[in-house]
Amino acid sequence: MRKDYNLEKRKYIIGGFILLIALVYLVRLFDLQINDSKYKQSADSNAFLKKTVYPSRGLIYDRNGELVVYNQPAYDVMLIPRDVQPFDTLDFCATLNITPEQLRRRFADMRDKRLNPGYSSYTPQKLITQLSSQDYGRLQEKLYRFPGFFIQKRILRQYNHASAANVLGNIREVNANDIENDEYYAPGDYTGDLGVEKSYESYLRGHKGVEILIRDARGRIQGRFEDGARDVAPIGGRDLRLSIDIGLQEYAESLMVGKRGAVVAIEPETGEILCLVSSPTYDPRLLVGRQRGENYRKLVADEAWPLYDRAYMAAYPPGSTFKPTQGLIFLQEDIINLNTTYPCYHGYINGGLRVGCHSHGSPLPLKPALQTSCNAFFCWGFKAMIDRRSKYGSSAKAFEVWKNHLVSMGYGYKLGLDLPGEKRGFLPNAKFYDKFYSEGRWSANTIISVAIGQGEILATPLQIANLCATIANRGWFITPHVVKEIQDTVMPAGLLDVRRPTIDSHWYDDIAEGMRMAVTGGTCRRAALRDIAVAGKTGTAQNPHGKDHSAFMGFAPYEKPRIAVAAYIENAGFGATYGVPIGSLVMEKYLTGSIAPERKAMEEQMLNSSLVYAAPRKK
Amino acid sequence: MLPQERNSLARTLRNVDWLTVAIYLLMVVAGAISIYAASYDFDDASIFSFDEFSGKQLRWIGLSMAIAFVLLLVDARMYETYAYPIYLFMLVLLAITPLVAPDIKGSHSWIVLGPVSLQPAEFAKFATALALAKLFSGYHFALNAKLSNYARAVSIIIVPVVLILAQNETGSALTFMALFFVLYREGMSGLILFAALLSVVIFVVVAKFADTAVMGVPTGEFAVLVIAEVMLAVMAVVYSKRFEIARNLVLWFAGTGLVLWLIAGPCGVAVPGMPVMLGILGVAAVYVAFESVRYRVPAVLIAVGAAMYAVVFMFCVHVAFDHLQPHQQMRIKVVLGIEQDLRGAGYNVNQSKIAIGSGGLTGKGFLNGTQTKLKYVPEQHTDFIFCTIGEEEGFVGSVAVTALFLALILRTITIAERQPSTFSRVYAYCVASYFIFHFCINIGMVIGLCPVIGIPLPFFSYGGSSLWGFTILLFIMLRLDAARRGRG
Repeated sequence: MRKDYNLEKRKYIIGGFILLIALVYLVRLFDLQINDSKYKQSADSNAFLKKTVYPSRGLIYDRNGELVVYNQPAYDVMLIPRDVQPFDTLDFCATLNITPEQLRRRFADMRDKRLNPGYSSYTPQKLITQLSSQDYGRLQEKLYRFPGFFIQKRILRQYNHASAANVLGNIREVNANDIENDEYYAPGDYTGDLGVEKSYESYLRGHKGVEILIRDARGRIQGRFEDGARDVAPIGGRDLRLSIDIGLQEYAESLMVGKRGAVVAIEPETGEILCLVSSPTYDPRLLVGRQRGENYRKLVADEAWPLYDRAYMAAYPPGSTFKPTQGLIFLQEDIINLNTTYPCYHGYINGGLRVGCHSHGSPLPLKPALQTSCNAFFCWGFKAMIDRRSKYGSSAKAFEVWKNHLVSMGYGYKLGLDLPGEKRGFLPNAKFYDKFYSEGRWSANTIISVAIGQGEILATPLQIANLCATIANRGWFITPHVVKEIQDTVMPAGLLDVRRPTIDSHWYDDIAEGMRMAVTGGTCRRAALRDIAVAGKTGTAQNPHGKDHSAFMGFAPYEKPRIAVAAYIENAGFGATYGVPIGSLVMEKYLTGSIAPERKAMEEQMLNSSLVYAAPRKK
Repeated sequence: MLPQERNSLARTLRNVDWLTVAIYLLMVVAGAISIYAASYDFDDASIFSFDEFSGKQLRWIGLSMAIAFVLLLVDARMYETYAYPIYLFMLVLLAITPLVAPDIKGSHSWIVLGPVSLQPAEFAKFATALALAKLFSGYHFALNAKLSNYARAVSIIIVPVVLILAQNETGSALTFMALFFVLYREGMSGLILFAALLSVVIFVVVAKFADTAVMGVPTGEFAVLVIAEVMLAVMAVVYSKRFEIARNLVLWFAGTGLVLWLIAGPCGVAVPGMPVMLGILGVAAVYVAFESVRYRVPAVLIAVGAAMYAVVFMFCVHVAFDHLQPHQQMRIKVVLGIEQDLRGAGYNVNQSKIAIGSGGLTGKGFLNGTQTKLKYVPEQHTDFIFCTIGEEEGFVGSVAVTALFLALILRTITIAERQPSTFSRVYAYCVASYFIFHFCINIGMVIGLCPVIGIPLPFFSYGGSSLWGFTILLFIMLRLDAARRGRG
């Protein structure tokens, strides 16, 4: 065996290194444990009562610094089971306005290890939560009669506005699962549920503090341990500043009253969501305090599903709002150029198939096709791409290329919104059709309706708004998000990165121009504003559940966009009937702060109209 | 069957290094007791209760004894024969883990098999060690013979690192960096390790002291220039063995330093610090280069190179940092533990220092720790287990644990060096390197000397994967060691 004695010497260097490190550590330990009086040892081995001091939860502001969610105190009745001595149960119940039967049940629940896994007769347990201030006052006076009981101050949320319920979320008591999964929680703690309260929980909650009290052998409190030197002060949670403009949110919600659907507005340059409306909605104040349980049950049972945020959970056919994506893909793939024209004789007629269209000039190139929302143009383009075997080899391969472009634009997958429960919509791939029609047995005409945002294609209103923001930016976007700033720290990694679809950005200029033409002389003339250039695209989506859905997406000002909006109203007919007015009113309100006199009538009409919905489909 | 093989188990047991086994047993038992103490609540159940972490840990320990026994039964040659297949199997396992693993606090590193969850990253440690040992034991393999040998060795280390990073387990991935110690032992130039260490120091110093300035130079960069001066003087002596060079350099540095201090301090003249400092260093470098030619010791030029490297790297860090957004700078600082973040990572370290500090000389006694018991310290039964020991057993306990690790590491190095076969030696060095890394980072983090990198303290921290991983690592080494005489 060869042995290199020169190298063998290196064992001394490695050994010396570890000895050196160990020596440094021992010096440090000596310094910490013996030298430094800051951490002086206590010979005491008393029993301690650990009282949690709850940090204040971070406040939530809107983008303009207006306070939206704040804290209010509440009081819980706690007890340490081992310290409780026989007490006057009836007096206790009378003080708190509960029946002896309720009290017995509370005690049984508390001791049940399954409901309360952290139960220990030595540690504080929660008996009754969220006393009213009157009950709190009465109990406080009599507390000396009930040894072992004490009152713990807690924090509840309160809301300044009756809107943005699903964006804000609320807080609830932790359950056994939360406690299992996160060491931070102890029974009786609160955690965020829905909205930013949930997704930013770790920032909002802060760090709990502890107050240590000494007990004697009989469990009586003897005072503070080392005069509070070992107490840990709570550290308050971080405040959030939302990107939501709460005024705009309220306004958009008022426009949506009586209708089902969603409105999403994004500041294109930053990806910040200005309003995220799902209708019908509810007052977030319903989910505060002791009524939370009952109100929550009612909301869950509500047949219009108010807890379901249509803006980022519902998957709708995007309809004609999808056409800009098609234009982009055809241009990028060199299927068409800006001068390519396709005929439209009241529709796309090919191979025994007819997709209807309305009256306009024919044949026509891309920009007028966007302006007039011509179905035939996009069907012809789609057919030219999917059936171009000379370029792609097969329809399936062409379709994969088509699909990958759409994925890069944010379709088919979650965008990464910073709220819980985002859905991905639906984008079929070639395998999907291979399975449905069997391999090689389908072509463009089989699936032609996807070219106009119908058929299998489904998108969330958020994805539609994001497409609009991408066009407004002429070719890039930042993941839409609702939080603008977290106090004293940075936004989560990756959230603010610029994302670029696989389409050359100059093609977006042409699509934007087509959308501008739709406002100046096309399908969304009603979106035009007096001094601001608006670009837009309507959508009228057929659906198997009744009347067509009405959709609109638009951005303004045309040259330097500050807002991109998508409005989607279920079963409301043409895009121009509801989508355009609602979407454009939101833009106008945000950009000018008010509604121009000549548009007041339209605003009135939207504020006051209600749609009637049929009985709900069962889940 | 050869006659001597019938008694192979008996022979293995006779040849096993019982000192290492004793250290191992001491550690796991002390670990289980610490875990019991760390998760003890005032009226908690017995140490053996399976509802408690300590009971579960005892079960893991029992099973790891069984694993250790099986590992000792296996023919030592099997480990060498199957080194690559085991390694490849582990890579596949690592690659599929993030696909099948549930999201547990943001990391996708656990494979759930019925009642048990295992972390493949912990088992990749011994597999990587086997593969590296196998590579080095190849016929006439010499690390320095060609560059491709470096490439092969480094890729064996890097592939699992990349796969583990994909599971969002940065801490576990970093532990593989320890294997560069092995490369050093097997012939890699020490200058590479030195350059790596120097780079880390420069980066941290420049990033940490960027807000204040000395003579118009950011304090961090000023410190780096001083470090470069010291390094130049020390290395010049080491390579030339001529003390007059160091004397001249010290005189030059001290003299110019004093003049500068007088001009900038009492006289209050604004000095363009950076060019002046670079000039002083440059003159010194030219002088050293001149001496190297005069005395015909070209090795001294390494000292000049090192000083130049320090300066160039410093500027690179400076430029790179300037190009980052403020929030990105902040994140790097928080990760490095430079920025005090009392709400986040800083909170844990602060609490753990208080817990250890309150232990005093002899500690508060078993189960009497207040800081850990009252749950100030998060992760106190896993990554921060050393807190409980420090608090309840005091300085005596901390020293004992440190001594146990020191003994284990030094014993492992001794075992490595007595191996006649390259395979066994390299494997044993891998084992030593992992222990060195875990010991340094874990204890360093708990006492606030290292950034917080969440890796366990071997044999002490709660967790089956880590215990099993380290047990396998150690007992394969013991099996190889027990066979060393038989094979010659």
